[in-house]
Amino acid sequence: MSAAPETSAEYIKHHLTNLTFGQFPEGHEHAGHWGFAHSMQDAASFGFWSINVDSMLFSIGLGLLFVWMFRKAAKTATAGVPGGWQNFVEWVIEFIDDSVRGSFSGKNMLVAPLALTIFMWIFFMNLMDLIPVDWLPVVAGVAGVGHLKIVPSTDPNITFGLSLSVFALVLYYSFKIKGPGGFAAELTLTPFQSQNKLVQLLFIPINLLLEGVTLISKPVSLSLRLFGNMYAGEMIFILIALMYGGGVVLGAFGGLLQLGWAIFHILIITLQAFIFMVLTIVYLDMASQAHH
Amino acid sequence: MENALLYIAGGLMMGLGALGAAVGIGILGGRFLEGAARQPELIPMLRTQFFIVMGLVDAVPMIAVGLAMYVMFAVVGG
Repeated sequence: MSAAPETSAEYIKHHLTNLTFGQFPEGHEHAGHWGFAHSMQDAASFGFWSINVDSMLFSIGLGLLFVWMFRKAAKTATAGVPGGWQNFVEWVIEFIDDSVRGSFSGKNMLVAPLALTIFMWIFFMNLMDLIPVDWLPVVAGVAGVGHLKIVPSTDPNITFGLSLSVFALVLYYSFKIKGPGGFAAELTLTPFQSQNKLVQLLFIPINLLLEGVTLISKPVSLSLRLFGNMYAGEMIFILIALMYGGGVVLGAFGGLLQLGWAIFHILIITLQAFIFMVLTIVYLDMASQAHH
Repeated sequence: MENALLYIAGGLMMGLGALGAAVGIGILGGRFLEGAARQPELIPMLRTQFFIVMGLVDAVPMIAVGLAMYVMFAVVGG
């Protein structure tokens, strides 16, 4: 709790506000200047050209941490008795390898590394959720930073960034493997088909609508599922943290609740990272299947 | 009065979400046990698939719970 006395609603909103950098609009006291938002309203008024500095910082930092840790394991890998870390990395890679072999039927050198990156990166980002919600924001508050949201996957910008990158790959492989004609045929000639040419012509807009919705819903559901789960989990952690302000008995009960929810949350964060990875593999598999 | 409606909205979000998740996970778990009883050697594969689908079924109600909490504590309180 960085700002002194505040209501529970203010406390919740403070925890759900990103550290946003952007240009203040007309009518604001700092109009025309670039700077950090002081409240949710400020952040909303920045419009499109603003950036959530905390999300970027933590997501890129965790991505680099993943690369560095796995690189270290690869550099020091030994054929003799492996250490604990090497064992863990081997286990993760075998697990990803099994998943990719199980669901991806084509030949593609990109899919397995992509799946590994997605799984570990999202897992690390979700893992930030287990750090008690007040620790880092209070440290940041002492250092003079007003808002700090440490879980990048509770920011829809990050999850949409991930899912739209996957979507771009899906479109790329659809065009490359099926060809523009094959991809267009898939979008317009299924699921309704007819031998009669005229009826088939009538089916084309219906098919395009159905398949178009299916295609667009992939990145949207992929990112919103991850975002929603992490946001809800973070929300519950914040509500539990509110109980610490309510005396010894309520605080102790809150501590128990936090422990229980954190243990349950370990399942959720792993599961969501795994589901994001599996669905990425499945979507890329669907994109890589030549039309039959 | 407006607050009362917001509380009802939060209650509905949580309740209906729980209803859907209960039915979905109930059917899923039942089928998993059926499959496991019929072919015990497939249990590891079935368990993986079970958890994938459980994550999919579980996601939407969990989101509803989070949003309901937000409505009830942050929107009403603020």
